[in-house]
Amino acid sequence: MNMTPLEFWLFTAALGIGTFLIRFSFLGFLGGRTLPEWATRHLKYVGVAVLPALVTPMLLWPQATGGEIDPIRLIAALAAFLVGWRISVVGAIFAGMGTLWILQALL
Amino acid sequence: MSDTMLSFKDSSLRSAFWRGWWACAPFIFAAVPFGLLFGVVARNAGLDLLETMGMSVLVIAGAAQFTALSLLQDNASVFLALFAALAVNLRMAMYSAALVPHLGHAPMWQRAVMAYLMVDQAYAVAGREYELNPSMRPAEKVAYYFGAMLLICPLWYVATFTGAVLGQAIPPEWSLDFAAPICFIALIAPMLRSLPHIVAAFTSVVFAILFAPLPSGVGLLFAAFIAMIAGAETERRLARKAGQP
Repeated sequence: MNMTPLEFWLFTAALGIGTFLIRFSFLGFLGGRTLPEWATRHLKYVGVAVLPALVTPMLLWPQATGGEIDPIRLIAALAAFLVGWRISVVGAIFAGMGTLWILQALL
Repeated sequence: MSDTMLSFKDSSLRSAFWRGWWACAPFIFAAVPFGLLFGVVARNAGLDLLETMGMSVLVIAGAAQFTALSLLQDNASVFLALFAALAVNLRMAMYSAALVPHLGHAPMWQRAVMAYLMVDQAYAVAGREYELNPSMRPAEKVAYYFGAMLLICPLWYVATFTGAVLGQAIPPEWSLDFAAPICFIALIAPMLRSLPHIVAAFTSVVFAILFAPLPSGVGLLFAAFIAMIAGAETERRLARKAGQP
């Protein structure tokens, strides 16, 4: 990571303050006001819009393999996805890392 | 919290606090592994112990912390990393709005503490409880909220700390670089509970690939923006088709 300690702390403070203001917004100073319908409708999809775009390059071009597609990682990711979708969030972590380790040991 | 503490002589408040605490107990199994992994991943990214803890204490939002870390590690611009991590947290504005009818009566400083402690799992537990139990007194709702948050949040710090300390001892053959994407997948999969959510996620993946040549973080924001609109628009059209004029 190309950051000086000062830059890191400024960054973290900004992220902490910004996150706090989001959490504090309505409870703190917007009180009885409600979000307009179109705003809630869009906010609902922010998480599911940001995270897949973030994870896609990490899966397709992992740094650990120098950016080469790694079939083992893709299979492990699929296992994590299926378990997370059907069973549980924590199960997904175990399924993903477990599949990765088993395949790496076998192949 | 001293109001809540003082009125702990009131047994109904004490019982509301502990009910909140216990209702969040199953989430120990979610918060602890995430916190551990964040600690490990942060140390591998080059943060020292204090920096790792600083992030978990100041931000307490796992997905945003992972987002910020991944983008910084990928040498994205600091502003893009900040913007993306805050975007991941925007959902909490909805929680904040939803909690106003139940907790809005509390004094300002208590609401500030509540805001600091507002995490997904505890919000989900408290929000459901308020809906199922409309007869709760306002003070009981506050006690219940603090009960729910005060189980998860300290665990988040402890788990981060443990991960950050142990992480250095884990050999590279364990491929812990892969823990971050696995955590994101674990967070995404259960979100796909309706067609608009699936459309948003799929759009996000497609545009992330198309925009991959753009500088790190830029493609992410464009892809996320388009995907958000795709999800919201799908919802609107489905509702219209379902009979609303």
